[in-house]
Amino acid sequence: MQLRRAAASTAAGRGVHLSPFARTLLTLAVCAPVLGGVLPEDRADVMYHYYNGGDITVEGPSVLIRKKVGDNFSFTVNYYEDMISSASIDVKLSASPYHEKRTQWSGGVDYLHGKSTYSAGVITSKEPDYKANTAYFAVSQDMFGDLTTLTLGYRRGWDQIFRDIKDANGDIINDPTFHERADHRGYSLSLSQILTRNTIASFNYELLTDEGYLANPYRKIRYLSPGQGAGYTLADQVYPNTRTSNAASITVKHWLSWHAVLTGEYRFFRDTWGIVANNVSVDYIQPWHNWEFDANLRWYRQNAADFYSDLFPRADYQNYMARDRELASFTDYTVGVGASYRFPHLSWAPWVSKSTLNLHYQHLLIKYSDYRNALLAPEYGAGNEPLYELNANVFTLFLSIWY
Amino acid sequence: MSRSPGDTGRTLRVLRCAAAALLLAALAGCAAPQPWVKPYEREHFADPIMSFNRDPVSNVYIDHVFESREGARGATGTVGGGCGCN
Amino acid sequence: MKNRIAAITAALALALPALAGTGGPAPQFSLSSREGKDVTLTQYHGQVVMINFWASWCGPCRQEMPLLETIYKKYNKLGFTMLGVNVEPDSNAALEWLKATPVSFPILFDKDSKVSKLYDVAGMPSTVIIDRAGKVRMLHRGYKPGDENEYMDSIRALVRE
Repeated sequence: MQLRRAAASTAAGRGVHLSPFARTLLTLAVCAPVLGGVLPEDRADVMYHYYNGGDITVEGPSVLIRKKVGDNFSFTVNYYEDMISSASIDVKLSASPYHEKRTQWSGGVDYLHGKSTYSAGVITSKEPDYKANTAYFAVSQDMFGDLTTLTLGYRRGWDQIFRDIKDANGDIINDPTFHERADHRGYSLSLSQILTRNTIASFNYELLTDEGYLANPYRKIRYLSPGQGAGYTLADQVYPNTRTSNAASITVKHWLSWHAVLTGEYRFFRDTWGIVANNVSVDYIQPWHNWEFDANLRWYRQNAADFYSDLFPRADYQNYMARDRELASFTDYTVGVGASYRFPHLSWAPWVSKSTLNLHYQHLLIKYSDYRNALLAPEYGAGNEPLYELNANVFTLFLSIWY
Repeated sequence: MSRSPGDTGRTLRVLRCAAAALLLAALAGCAAPQPWVKPYEREHFADPIMSFNRDPVSNVYIDHVFESREGARGATGTVGGGCGCN
Repeated sequence: MKNRIAAITAALALALPALAGTGGPAPQFSLSSREGKDVTLTQYHGQVVMINFWASWCGPCRQEMPLLETIYKKYNKLGFTMLGVNVEPDSNAALEWLKATPVSFPILFDKDSKVSKLYDVAGMPSTVIIDRAGKVRMLHRGYKPGDENEYMDSIRALVRE
């Protein structure tokens, strides 16, 4: 069951948008400063993730293995799974509770040449009603005596969307009449800069464009129909078939003299659907003997997409209509804590240079300002139901080893 | 709400100019002055807690949790794939 | 736009300064060693001296140290010495590391970075090889497996002088 994917692009057939990046990449390769970039460390991580909120539970493993081969290559493989049990407010409104599994494989390679690192990878995700494939390429360059790192990236995604229905026997199958596609393109620029002996900052910009079927085939909009049932009628959503978004963020990490790190981040987002979002987060890490403790706070606010409404006044009110709560106006408050324990040197595994066990917990509270709990319409009347609020708990437990 | 045909073209032109400007600024400094934080003064940056990507698996997952439930996406420093499901 | 970028790049590439320092006299200094004594560069005049700037937090530095120990043991009797200059303001981490990976050549502590500045250390690790007459003959930044062969070639030639 997919909810919502990245939206459309207008750039589909033009191809001209790649050339600035091709040019930039070539130029970067020519001006190669003296010191080298650094390949990522060899490591393996095994994680269990758990999300519970709004009557949805999503849990599963994520395993990552990364290894250098020779002096110039590093390979990474990741396996990720989501096991979903959903009886969410959206599901209860227009469908029935379901269980589903999504599996994702990804593989990547980093190639170090002088001061430049070239990265490429693929990600493939599969679930009963959605297949997504992504390929990405990035170039990273150290400059100015390694104080600065510039990274440019490009990604391309191809999605196939299906819709689950029940057949005559009550089994879940793909609706043979429904097969849609969505294409995605992303361009990113990242600049990290050492500012002082104790401070490093990173600026990130990302442009994403989507084209194709961008809606959720299961979700519905509702429009006012007094006298009928609960006072409203459900109807199909109609989404634009393109979306372009811009996001820019700045993150600053500062080393505190008593051996702790404070991180601050701000991001601004804006897209062609009319969504404008800002988020700010603060994170504090405090090491203590073999432990590292951290706490974080995040505040996120967005305003609704132009074509979003919780309750439209009548049928066919406008060209595009959506009631996906991801496109509503809301504020998302998150508070999190975590602890990491570093094991002493393992005599039975001398090839392990470092190992840690980590547990992180986050609590999300999303307060919607224009999305109502439609299940309560019989009691309050359509359009007067209380605004919806989502509380969610997220856990990640993972073991990391370096070798 | 409909997209304006010029919108993406305009945005991409801006991006192109920004990337080129940044690159020129970077290249202009290529043969540049000494770094103001010397290599022997960078001990803190070697500490994993000062790294932007200390726990890659966990970072990608948390970004995915937010991206699935919020309208915003991008500029997080992680590359996720697949659908923005659930 | 494309031609402009290419032209600027070419101009800048030509403008890159050459590595400075080889052929000139090695700057004098005095630093304290592990034993607590002060060590000066002048006391090694007449020997071939290799100065290695390192830190315990620097991966390639740690990787290089055992190889420097091998080089030291091999050429020490031929009038060669190795000086490991640790650049950390706080020596505790370095001393801890040396307990686990001991070396026999002198380790000096440049806590206030004055020698690092004097030798214009622009990368970690950095290696300087000085001949018997006190002139700088080789400057090497960073460490990649295989660099130790370069060091040995240089030392072999210089001890014969």
